[in-house]
Amino acid sequence: MESIGNIILYFVVAVIIAVFSAMAVTTRKILRAATYLLFVLLGTAVVYFQLGYEFLGAVQIAVYAGGILVLFVFSILLTQHPADPASVLANHRKFVGGLAAVCAVALLGVAVCKFPLIDGMSLTEAVSIGDLNMKQIGHFLLSSEKFGYLLPFEAISVLLLACIIGGIAIARNK
Amino acid sequence: MNLTMLMYLIPSLIMFACGVYGFITRKNLIAILISLELMLNSVDLNFVIFNRFLFPGQLEGMFFTLFAIGIAAAETALAIAIVINIYRSIKKIDVSEITKMKF
Repeated sequence: MESIGNIILYFVVAVIIAVFSAMAVTTRKILRAATYLLFVLLGTAVVYFQLGYEFLGAVQIAVYAGGILVLFVFSILLTQHPADPASVLANHRKFVGGLAAVCAVALLGVAVCKFPLIDGMSLTEAVSIGDLNMKQIGHFLLSSEKFGYLLPFEAISVLLLACIIGGIAIARNK
Repeated sequence: MNLTMLMYLIPSLIMFACGVYGFITRKNLIAILISLELMLNSVDLNFVIFNRFLFPGQLEGMFFTLFAIGIAAAETALAIAIVINIYRSIKKIDVSEITKMKF
């Protein structure tokens, strides 16, 4: 049995995620789409917190909501007049997009509902089994033993360096 | 009432479907990137949910999401650099107008 606060929080976050992701792809003003994306990302961070991954929630807020969103807003302001709405979509385009989305929902929905372990444990049980602290995450992240993540950690640092250099090289004013 | 895995997968499913819709219908390059972020985010969410409900003692899903967030940041930064460069050379970022590779 879950606490009533957890259930309320779940429904609020689920509605926020569903509504704002739908609005982010249907609004005609691009700056609004970026704002709705921010709400979706924050809702995702709340889900991470609720599932007991506090570190991941903090990373989600810092990197996605803090970093990527700012990049989006800057690039929108650099490339177009923010008040201009996009042109109205042609009907066949809407139809094709809607069809693809409905197909995705149907296919994935069937796959999810047929999944054998779908009615496993409840949230309280799962969180109580796997509680983790920051020290544990740090040990796993920098260990080269089994279940250690030193290699991907180093690889992603090289990737980010390459990304910085590539970003400068591409966006540089010639 | 219990909060089960299925209940957490549903918002993620809706987010992914919205991303697919936006990716197909939008013409603005930045709007397409926003839809792409929605899809990536829903997949990240799924990794964490499966990790929590199926293997609560382990951390693989969480670390996968951690690295996926880092890679998504790198990808977005490069994509936006390309968009700004395209804008600088042809003053438009509409996919129907971008038809030549060489600029």
